[in-house]
Amino acid sequence: MAEVANLEMRQAYCQTLQALARKDPRVVVLEADLMKASGTMPFKKEFPDRGIDCGIAESNMIGIASGLCIQGFIPFAATFGCFAARRTFDQFFLSANYARLNVKLTGTDPGVSAAYNGGTHMPFEDIGLMRMIPGIVIVETSDAVSTAAIVEKLYEHKGCSYLRLHRKTVAPIYAEGEQFELGKSKLLRKGTDVTLVGLGAVMMAQVLEAARLLEGKGISASVIDAISVKPLDADLIREQARLTGAIVTCENHQVAGGIGAAVADLLTEEGICCRLGRIGVEDRFGQVGTQAFLTREYHLDAESIAARACKLLGK
Amino acid sequence: MPAPLSQTEVASLRAFADKIRMYDLFCIARLGVGHVGGSLSIIETLAYLYQKEMNVDPKDPRKEDRDFFVLSKGHSGPALYSTLAIRGFFPEEWLNTLNQGGTRLPSHCDRNQTPGIDMSTGSLGQGLSAACGSACGQKLKNLSSHTYALIGDGETQEGQVWEAAMFAAQFKLDHLIAVTDYNKLQIDGTVAQIMNIEDLTAKWTAFGWQVERADGHDFQQIHQAFQACHVCDGRPKMIIMDTIKGKGFPRLEGKVENHNANLTLDEIKELYNGEVPSWLK
Repeated sequence: MAEVANLEMRQAYCQTLQALARKDPRVVVLEADLMKASGTMPFKKEFPDRGIDCGIAESNMIGIASGLCIQGFIPFAATFGCFAARRTFDQFFLSANYARLNVKLTGTDPGVSAAYNGGTHMPFEDIGLMRMIPGIVIVETSDAVSTAAIVEKLYEHKGCSYLRLHRKTVAPIYAEGEQFELGKSKLLRKGTDVTLVGLGAVMMAQVLEAARLLEGKGISASVIDAISVKPLDADLIREQARLTGAIVTCENHQVAGGIGAAVADLLTEEGICCRLGRIGVEDRFGQVGTQAFLTREYHLDAESIAARACKLLGK
Repeated sequence: MPAPLSQTEVASLRAFADKIRMYDLFCIARLGVGHVGGSLSIIETLAYLYQKEMNVDPKDPRKEDRDFFVLSKGHSGPALYSTLAIRGFFPEEWLNTLNQGGTRLPSHCDRNQTPGIDMSTGSLGQGLSAACGSACGQKLKNLSSHTYALIGDGETQEGQVWEAAMFAAQFKLDHLIAVTDYNKLQIDGTVAQIMNIEDLTAKWTAFGWQVERADGHDFQQIHQAFQACHVCDGRPKMIIMDTIKGKGFPRLEGKVENHNANLTLDEIKELYNGEVPSWLK
């Protein structure tokens, strides 16, 4: 798999699964009539019997994945994040997680990246729902390299997971060969005044830009690419909270129930004295528009992040 | 037509079923409450599956080439637990612990708690999908084993059942054998009154399944139905078992109130003329 960094994120997803499937006959891919959207057609072409299109029946797809698990398979099932979380929640909760099986669920088009599909297809609540499932692993990758690496880690992990996956090409953050671990975030930039904790490809572009904007104002920002929502990388958050004394979480998701909520839980429960601002969707539904429009509309853009950091610091 | 069961085979199945039914009633009565109606309607099916039909081994309950069984109407756990206990999957004494804190026999089947349980079920409509996935996996592994699923008639009202029905036909899962426990009753009334599922034979046939029909308390008919399902013609199999909810418990037999009912040990002891199972504490 050459030049992963420049692939579409869905291509990195599919190529990683193909590579895993070549060495492990237990790896199977399930889709609900979104193979083209998820980019898994090449998997189906290479492994016709192990690329299973369940038709437009997401709930059944999760049941099929669970049944494949009891036969020892490792199913990666994907659909749009809105359906992955909302439509299949009971099936994923019971048939997969409660049954302690090994279903890897992928929800694509996180938040505003659903763009022209609009409010019906715009998952701002998927992380919140998933966080309530005991023992689940929740990750959102930020570029093609992290996607390829994290998919491998999910394959190695025994248990259910939810991967929130942006499908498109994004500016690379990581060089090929970068190592990732489930439950670990990446400190991309060390600062002294404030820590920006971003989640996912859409937000990391804004967060990195916000750090530059802040630098122009004389504010030194640390930047964390969270990647892992559950388990949260508590060590890194704790360390940065103590070093900078101010955190702004940034997510393409409702503030309620997302990574900002997870960070707030951590800081509050441990009595860590740290100012906290949370960038995310403020109790609103999605709508149609370009990703750029929606990013501004929901105040997820770099300027909003920088402004929140300034306000938090009283500057 | 396959050869009928011999009289000896029928007698053996009847003895097994009677024992399962007795254990099931005492298991629920010891607790005082439980899903008695839908447990009693599936007992002959379970007896046939675990004595004549399925390749399972109590000494190696997770052997890879076994037949798998998904009790999609997971609330009928006590009937299956009684069956598994008699077959030796776990000590019969466990039947004293149904639904008690820390038990390995929860109300609804849990694959992580009970030896011999292949799939966790309880939210109706989900088990047939899992059974399809299991059958799909057996096919991918080129195994000749079967996956069996038992669904409720009321459960058939769940849309997911029909998603699974389409999947099984599309993927030609002819080694998937499903059974509908057609006892005609659900919690709020008769199935026909609440949400009629007829014409059930026509529905499954239209979805591309081979459909057999049997009196679910008659072993010769059950035998004929299962034997007819051993055909590799690409079609998944559905046996509609006409059953009586609460079969064998006269006070509640065939009554809508029997879904989840209170039972006393005294009345069950009286039913069995004072005889009690050896495991009862």
